[in-house]
Amino acid sequence: MIISASGLRKDFTVNRKVGRLRRERHVVSAVDGVDLTVRRGELLGYIGPNGAGKSTTLKMLTGVLTPSAGEVRVCGLEPVAKRTTLARRIGVVFGQRSQLWWDLPLAESFDLLRHIYQVPAADHAARLARCTDLLGLAEFARTPVRQLSLGQRMRGELTAALLHGPEVLFLDEPTIGLDVLSKQAVREFLGELDQRGDTTVVLTTHDLADIEKLCKRLVVIDHGRVVHDGTLDALHARYGSRRTIVADLDADWPADVCLPGASVVSVEGRRVTLELNGTTAGEVVAALAKAVPLRDLSVREPQIEDVVARLYRRD
Amino acid sequence: MYGHVLRAQIRSQTQYRMSFVVEVIGSVVINGLDLATVFVLFSVAGSLGGFGGTEVLLLTTLSACAFAVADLVVGNADKLRDYVRTGLFDTLLLRPLSALWQLLAVNFAPRRVGRAVQGLVLYVVALAIADIDWDLARAVYAVGAPVAGAVFFGSFFIAGSTVAFWWVESGEMANAFTYGGKDFSAYPSTMYDGWFRTVFASALGFGFVAYLPTLALVGRADPLGAPDWLRWCSPVTALIAAALAALFWRTGVRHYRSTGS
Repeated sequence: MIISASGLRKDFTVNRKVGRLRRERHVVSAVDGVDLTVRRGELLGYIGPNGAGKSTTLKMLTGVLTPSAGEVRVCGLEPVAKRTTLARRIGVVFGQRSQLWWDLPLAESFDLLRHIYQVPAADHAARLARCTDLLGLAEFARTPVRQLSLGQRMRGELTAALLHGPEVLFLDEPTIGLDVLSKQAVREFLGELDQRGDTTVVLTTHDLADIEKLCKRLVVIDHGRVVHDGTLDALHARYGSRRTIVADLDADWPADVCLPGASVVSVEGRRVTLELNGTTAGEVVAALAKAVPLRDLSVREPQIEDVVARLYRRD
Repeated sequence: MYGHVLRAQIRSQTQYRMSFVVEVIGSVVINGLDLATVFVLFSVAGSLGGFGGTEVLLLTTLSACAFAVADLVVGNADKLRDYVRTGLFDTLLLRPLSALWQLLAVNFAPRRVGRAVQGLVLYVVALAIADIDWDLARAVYAVGAPVAGAVFFGSFFIAGSTVAFWWVESGEMANAFTYGGKDFSAYPSTMYDGWFRTVFASALGFGFVAYLPTLALVGRADPLGAPDWLRWCSPVTALIAAALAALFWRTGVRHYRSTGS
């Protein structure tokens, strides 16, 4: 296990104003007993609503924050005690914090990082060439970071985090605020990284497309606790998300139709929406075609938006 | 490695050419005025708190030199406030280098070099004109005292900045000690009295920056009654101060709360 955490907790004391001068101290657990293990080479989606404790967990895994309780090991090291040793073996991109030198061209930031991480020149050049190629850095490598667009900067950040060949890459909302093309570039890049399998990736995101395209395993956290750990399919199964059939009819919907294996969700004029109860779509479609004349029909896969929204509302 | 970070910082600063030039000119003017103050004081007073002119000059320049060196190297530690408030301190902790040295290197202000050089030159001049009975111990101490003084001031800079981990609006309180200590140590301790002298000279140890080393260099016993060997102890107090500051810093880093993102 390249990452293992058990009973991980982080408490913050918050002073709340009561009256004009008095303040009350409250202890808030941002992370409240998280158990997490990640295998080498895995790509893990770590998701949850705002304030669920995602970033706080990542900060404890990377040695930025000292846990209030619990055990953590990343690459076999205790993050806070072995912070600088661990820093050489992990890469981090916090979407809203730049790791680059604001006033220097991207290329110079990369060169500085080579010295800071003491990367052999040949390794550095090879990794940089790969990232330049995959992320299209060449056109803005000489531009000072402060003049880059968000999408360009994020590609720079990703490269910066990978130049020292980290074993684990932590990404905190890497696609936040990016346009469609940049999002796609980042997503494809991460997919390729996952394919090669030598880098473990922990990704937090609010972007559901990121999750569907990239994450085979999802850990969902809410109020500082893990509420789901498993595949996307398991998440669908557990929260009862179902495929739906939308059919346009050539006649009015006869109210007395009985379709085994499906239930009617809504009827709007000559359009009817059905929900499948686990059976294959074929049987239902056949029964439907027998009962009413069909004009058009589509089957919709369950949407992760629905599942996550339901999860966040804690139905 | 820190050298690379430092050079990058200097490159970044010189990117804004105009503002860099203005800052350097401003710094030269202010340093010049400081210099004038020392000479005016020296020529008018001649003798302060029972000490002769050359002795006071030695003491003042030793303190100024130590402070300027400390200010050059660690004076920018007070930038920590902004790093903690904005959560930018995260990025320092994510690199495989000491967070403190990164903070200092990233915020290195080349314009402060002028003041340190000026302090050093004045100190050498003061050493030359002071009535010192040179021997090996005094020669070593003449070099070691400003270093120890710089370490001592530097420890206060760092400890003062570290408070920001708990209390972001800490700035002025820390300055009361560092700048207060600077002004205290610029004059003979005999000039002060009562609780003020007790606090700054003995309890906080600012007497070790310039007052006691000057006594050792010119070979005078302390009129305030400190034993003779204590005059040679400023490196020891500097190391104690540095160790305490380092411990405080480490504790502070563990209490860093970051910010939501």
